[in-house]
Amino acid sequence: MSTQLFVGLDMGASRTKVAVLDGAGRLVGHAVKKSGIDFSVTAAACLDASLEMAGASRADIVRAVATGYGRANVAFVTSESKTEIGCLAKGCHHYFPEAITIIDIGGQDNKIIKLDAPGRRSSFKMNRKCAAGTGAFLEEMAGRLDISLEEMNDMARQSTEMIKLGSYCTVFSATEVLESIRNGKKVADIVKGLFYSVIKRVLEMDSITDRVVMTGGVVAHNPYIVEMTGEMIGRPVLVPELPQLAGAVGAALYALYGKDEG
Amino acid sequence: MRKKIQATDLMNRIMADYFYGLNEAATSGRQKVAWCTSVGPAELLRAMGFAVQFPENHAAILGATRMATDLIPVANAIGYSPDICSYLTSDIGAYLKGITPLSRAYPGIESVPRPDVLVFNTNQCRDVQDWFAWYARKLGVPCIGISSPKSIGEVTDAHIDDVAGQIKALIPTLEMISGSRLDLDRLRETVALSRECTELWRQVLETATASPAPLTFFDGTIHMGPAVVLRGTPEAVDYYKVLLSELEQRVAAGDGAVADEAVRIYWEGMPVWGRLRQHSELFAGIRTAVIASTYCSSWIFPAFDPREPIRSMAKAYLELFIVRSDPYKERYIKGMLAKFNIDGIIYHDAKTCPCNSNSRYGLPQRLEAETGIPSLVISGDLNDLRCVSDEQTRTNVEAFIEQLEEGK
Ligand code: SF4
Repeated sequence: MSTQLFVGLDMGASRTKVAVLDGAGRLVGHAVKKSGIDFSVTAAACLDASLEMAGASRADIVRAVATGYGRANVAFVTSESKTEIGCLAKGCHHYFPEAITIIDIGGQDNKIIKLDAPGRRSSFKMNRKCAAGTGAFLEEMAGRLDISLEEMNDMARQSTEMIKLGSYCTVFSATEVLESIRNGKKVADIVKGLFYSVIKRVLEMDSITDRVVMTGGVVAHNPYIVEMTGEMIGRPVLVPELPQLAGAVGAALYALYGKDEG
Repeated sequence: MRKKIQATDLMNRIMADYFYGLNEAATSGRQKVAWCTSVGPAELLRAMGFAVQFPENHAAILGATRMATDLIPVANAIGYSPDICSYLTSDIGAYLKGITPLSRAYPGIESVPRPDVLVFNTNQCRDVQDWFAWYARKLGVPCIGISSPKSIGEVTDAHIDDVAGQIKALIPTLEMISGSRLDLDRLRETVALSRECTELWRQVLETATASPAPLTFFDGTIHMGPAVVLRGTPEAVDYYKVLLSELEQRVAAGDGAVADEAVRIYWEGMPVWGRLRQHSELFAGIRTAVIASTYCSSWIFPAFDPREPIRSMAKAYLELFIVRSDPYKERYIKGMLAKFNIDGIIYHDAKTCPCNSNSRYGLPQRLEAETGIPSLVISGDLNDLRCVSDEQTRTNVEAFIEQLEEGK
């Protein structure tokens, strides 16, 4: 049976995400893989995995849109592209059709995007040229603490006495972490402090509106960061079902509805 | 592909004559050489017979030729921080390495013309004084200048008295170095020529009020060369007459710099010299024309008046955008947005030039709230490409233009 599929490929610097929608806009396939050094190979693998999940083949693709850092590497699927800011906005508006502030914490950068109720962007900010507040920061610190990234979420949850880090520089933070270890502080307390630091860095980037949506790989793997953010801003934070896929879903929506659809 | 601006060849000849003239002055000793900051008392120096070199122009060439990034560390290593003006650090780095892009561009020129005197005006920043002071120590030449009031709201008589007094106080030293007395009539003529030059330059820039605009900000940064280094000379005046007439013809013919211009952008801040071409192509590729800027417009000085040469020089140097208060700057930019029919503003936050980075004290937010015109801040630098992320710039710019188009 032939189906009509619409594909979004989000080629992030750290992870590649693919979302496949059917003609009714339902998510029927998706995949996430480490981008690695050969973006085209990763994109192909991700695409095939998503199509397999959808029970379809490449011949069923009606249209595809690429986004993200490596969007030029998927020429074998599509030459159409949109920025990751536009796709994230589109994806989040799909799940939360209201005025929102999107906080995306990715492997290499952070974004804050503000949308009005019809989904139009009123502003956006990307982080500056440093790792502060990104997944790269957590990765670096996990290395220092000799723990895996996957362990961080549960560890932070166990913290009883959070250690606050004072600096926004990754190198200075590493020194602070080492000093905490030397002083016999518990790793769980340090990890929670790292999460706190990530959230602070992001909240410094821009003001936020009432309804806040969080997305991105760091959010997907560390739901505790979402809880902490909610506590810090004094209201619950919204999260789409697959927060790491929001950009890919947005790209697929562009494919489905065409460029000019608002 | 856009048609080349025909006047460019003429400009290149004028600029070559200027650099060869300076070189001749310095090597033959027939004419004294003064180094001057961009909005320093160039009119006075020229009227007193000095050949005038502008180190900021030299530094911009270091940036545009992408030599700067390798030279900055040389100055960093002797104590000039990577956080301070990268014009200063690249220029001093070039001197220490004994290289200059002038010798590549102009065969026969071996080095930057050696100064007999260094003359600064701190209206733009403190870095220029530190920069010149380094050369003063190194070369053993006098360094004199004007310490300007800053963050000025309305320019008052008190401000003008202050700066005019400081300009007058430079004259005895300059007379001693040049060996001749200041001829007031010659100063009047020079000021009149400066006025004429900047008036024509204003008209050149204002051709971009047309849609499509016949020139972009990136063209402006190149074509402002004569207005920067030859202010107060007939050559500059003649050049802008030629350029203006060409641009007016283009407007009449509907010949745009970005032929399919759909979005019009105002650029606030300095150019990224080493990325002029890439940025120009990036915008043109998404049907966007960057058509007006504070930077290029800073060489418009309506105050110059030959009847009162020194006071009007003082006034012109004080009215400069960079010396003004934020409320003034907001009014100014607001006026430009309306005049050029702008869809969005891009602020370049240049890491090493706080004075030209107007996104650090909430100005974009205030202006956006007042005008409703969206803004974007991009991080970068004028000369230090270590502070530039091409990928982040591209994504930011593309996302911003997407936002503007979707909002239209
Ligand atoms: S205004 Fe900026 S770029 Fe110009 S000399 Fe001063 S610090 Fe350097």
